[in-house]
Amino acid sequence: MQPRRLTLALAAACVLSLPASAGTVEVLHWWTSGGEAKSAAELKKMIEAKGHTWKDFAVAGGGGDNAMTVLKTRVVSGNPPVAAQVKGPAIQEWAAEGVLANLDGVSATEKWDTLLPPVVANVMKYKGHYVAVPVNVHRVNWMWANPEVFKKAGVQPPKTWDEFPAVAEKLQKAGFIPVAHGGQPWQDNTVFESIALGVGGADYYNKAFVKLDPAAINSATTIKAFDTLRMVRKYMDKDMPGRDWNLATSMVINGKAAMQFMGDWAKGEFAAAGKKPGTDYLCLAAPGTANAFTFNIDSFIVFAQKNKDLKATSDFASTVLSTPFQEVFNQNKGSVPVRLGHDMSKFDDCAKKSAADFVASNKSGGLVPSFAHQMAQPSAAQGAIQDVVSSFMNSNMSSKDAVAKLLAAAKKR
Amino acid sequence: MADYQQSLQAKLIRFGIYAVLVLMALWYLAPLYVMLSTSFKTLDEIRAGNLLSLPGTFSLDAWSAAWSTACTGVECGGMKSYFANSLKMMIPAVLISTLVGAFNGYILSMWRFKGSDMFFMALLIGTFLPFQVVILPMAQVLGWLQLENSTGRLVLVHVIYGLQFTTLFFRNYYVTVPGELVKAARIDGAGFFRIFFKILLPISVPTIMVCLIWQTTQIWNDYLFGVVFSSGEGQPMTVALNNLVNTSTGVKQYNVDMAAAIIAALPTLLVYMVGGKYFVRGLTAGAVKG
Amino acid sequence: MTASRQGAPGFSLSRLADVILPKLVLAPTVLACLVGFYVFIGWTAWLSFTESRLLPRYEWAGFVQYVELFGNERWWGAMQNLGIFGGLFILVSLALGLLMAVLLDQKIRFEGAIRTLYLYPMALSFIVTGTAWKWILNPGLGLEKMAHDWGFTGVTFDWIINPDFAIYTVVIAGVWQSSGFVMALFLAGLRGVDDSIIKAAQMDGASLPTIYTRIIIPSLRPVFLSAFMILAHIAVKSFDLVMALTGGGPGFATDLPSIFMYQHGFTRGQLGLGAASAMMMLFTACAVVMPLLYSELRRERRG
Repeated sequence: MQPRRLTLALAAACVLSLPASAGTVEVLHWWTSGGEAKSAAELKKMIEAKGHTWKDFAVAGGGGDNAMTVLKTRVVSGNPPVAAQVKGPAIQEWAAEGVLANLDGVSATEKWDTLLPPVVANVMKYKGHYVAVPVNVHRVNWMWANPEVFKKAGVQPPKTWDEFPAVAEKLQKAGFIPVAHGGQPWQDNTVFESIALGVGGADYYNKAFVKLDPAAINSATTIKAFDTLRMVRKYMDKDMPGRDWNLATSMVINGKAAMQFMGDWAKGEFAAAGKKPGTDYLCLAAPGTANAFTFNIDSFIVFAQKNKDLKATSDFASTVLSTPFQEVFNQNKGSVPVRLGHDMSKFDDCAKKSAADFVASNKSGGLVPSFAHQMAQPSAAQGAIQDVVSSFMNSNMSSKDAVAKLLAAAKKR
Repeated sequence: MADYQQSLQAKLIRFGIYAVLVLMALWYLAPLYVMLSTSFKTLDEIRAGNLLSLPGTFSLDAWSAAWSTACTGVECGGMKSYFANSLKMMIPAVLISTLVGAFNGYILSMWRFKGSDMFFMALLIGTFLPFQVVILPMAQVLGWLQLENSTGRLVLVHVIYGLQFTTLFFRNYYVTVPGELVKAARIDGAGFFRIFFKILLPISVPTIMVCLIWQTTQIWNDYLFGVVFSSGEGQPMTVALNNLVNTSTGVKQYNVDMAAAIIAALPTLLVYMVGGKYFVRGLTAGAVKG
Repeated sequence: MTASRQGAPGFSLSRLADVILPKLVLAPTVLACLVGFYVFIGWTAWLSFTESRLLPRYEWAGFVQYVELFGNERWWGAMQNLGIFGGLFILVSLALGLLMAVLLDQKIRFEGAIRTLYLYPMALSFIVTGTAWKWILNPGLGLEKMAHDWGFTGVTFDWIINPDFAIYTVVIAGVWQSSGFVMALFLAGLRGVDDSIIKAAQMDGASLPTIYTRIIIPSLRPVFLSAFMILAHIAVKSFDLVMALTGGGPGFATDLPSIFMYQHGFTRGQLGLGAASAMMMLFTACAVVMPLLYSELRRERRG
């Protein structure tokens, strides 16, 4: 007994003397609004419990545009933060600049390879090494519907894009706006992405929008996707340009509009208005995408530090992936945990459905990255494609011209 | 009779002037009305969709939230803690850039030398460089200077990029001042500094006010430099405001946003009210000169 | 100028001070301008000839970025928008600012209050005022809806959602924000005009409008220059305004070069292209402003 106690005491002493190797964890993020900020505050608490100091570095705006500007200046001046919220292929671009640290140590001890679905792990790795840690999984191909409105118009929510026009027509006749939408480029792209997935399926989606294969882009399927977008556009109201997504959600909540295509963060808006999933609003997969899942994963890249000390960095990464943090954070944010096999009993029905579909689509191959949310393409191509979709939505461009422009945009690297 | 007609005409003209001024004022006030009425509404009322109507129930919750509990990151302390940061950076930056600008304007108008006009032009052309371009090289330079302090960095940057305007204002005012005034003083044996402080500065009140108004507004409202060159607890007000307002996937609280924006604008509004008075005093100074 | 050519006969310590002091006092500004503008412009110019992506790289790559830029439809659309926006914004702000200053100069009661009212838009951050304007201009929420609610169902005001007119709503909001400051500039100028000249003209029987158009306004020439420079620089750099109001939309109807530059340079990891567009913005601004400045300075020296 005695020796064991001694070891314990020693271990305790080691833990207590940790501050020697503890550091300041400065994290650049853009979670500044109510629920998100509270989630981030949990992270701060947990990091501090490990003996580190949290230095908050929040920069909101433009879905991270402002934060990226700030991050670049910090890196140029030779003073990068420990971690920064960067997602998708941009992780590879940052790694290629040679400024990131790798998380080999912590990822090996915690067996990240078995913890994360391979599709997700690949995004976090650069040349086989983890350089980023994922936080959550947002599903983008949702359709938020007001059941009351559908009932009044005497129709069921559409399950495919082919039956969509008939349903929308009836909704319109009954005096409702069929689709609530905000005419901002990223929202246009969110709708287009769900349409492309529903019209062409996951295989086509992967080829055309992830691998950017010219043959797949230059196909009848892409033309059909644009035709469908043109059709859906007809069922949006004329006041949509520039509207914020949450005002569009309000239209569904108030029963002015029937449905909205938006990621699962829309849930927060319903919850804030005191609405319950299943009764006051429905979370359905966008038409034709029931077996697919477009993911939008927030993640943190970690930077190589001047003092080469990785202790704070790996503690940070390990905390982000830990079960307690995943539980609290994702309940606040409307997303689902990125860890496979997480206990979902405390989450709402939409989140449960999302988590189940995440696992199922991972097996069936229907799990695809969302390009509207910078998960699938290099930033230059993503921007150019967004430009094409946005100008298509706001002009009389023919689907054929749009495909030609899309081809050119996809070549941007 | 003619007198009577004339005074009637004068009255009509004055009525017309007031009518135009009031109409203009209404146009300027429209967005403020929207912001104020929104800030007193509850979120439910905003969600119901009548964005331009008067608030149905009058609530001050948004104001107290904006001041002390709204989240601007991991911290949820509202705007109150950022006021000091902005003030600490703004006051020195405004004073330094105004004083240096006044000297520059004085030199570029009264003490022209070979190349001084060229320099003035070069200074003005530089203003058309978009600030976004400046960020990266400036970060590099500040890195070399080892200037770690947020306030120090922001004062330096704001002085550098405010000088063209203060210089422009003062120079363009001083060229209208009769040269004889300075010549006479020089014959009396007054030197460079004496002429500036004794003769020119006292008659520069309106221009000083214009500079103060311009620089205060620019520096207080600057977001780009503020977000890039400050860190953590040194962040100015605008960065906090932006964090509070600008969320992409979070729930938007328009009432809190509007209240926060008005709170953030109070110091500049104060400068306008106080500064404006001195425009009028400037008139008296000008009359004395005449 | 005269001082430096005086030479030996009048030489004294104070004369020497008069020659050196002005240059000495100006020196910090010269240094700041040199580094803060011209070295940085050089740096940007260099980047525009490289293949820089996320972060600066310095290997020479020739004119690729310019070729890319000139072949980019969005860029030309943005330049065209800048032309429309810049021209109207400057003209309307100058006209309105001058008008308000002249009217306010007529010994108006409550001048202080009115003046502050005209100035306050500048104090508000456009991040939020943009939202207010967006609601006012949106046909489903703002003025049009209000008119319809009052029974004027024939009224349409849908500029902000109409790609052909959206740019004019940016002008409206821009003028709203900046014209007050232009008013302040002119008011300060008016307050500096010598009263005795005006009194003399009045003695000669000149009417008030004549005094303004013939005597006072021409004497405000330097103020026009200040105001023009300020407005032109706001127009070229307009960013927050457009982002908050229309986000460049509908489509790209209100896209501006500054937005193009920021998005490519910072958001999309095409720093080289962003640098090239910044250089083109600078050239364009120079082409417009240089001749004006040059003639103005020459005029002053002659006059």
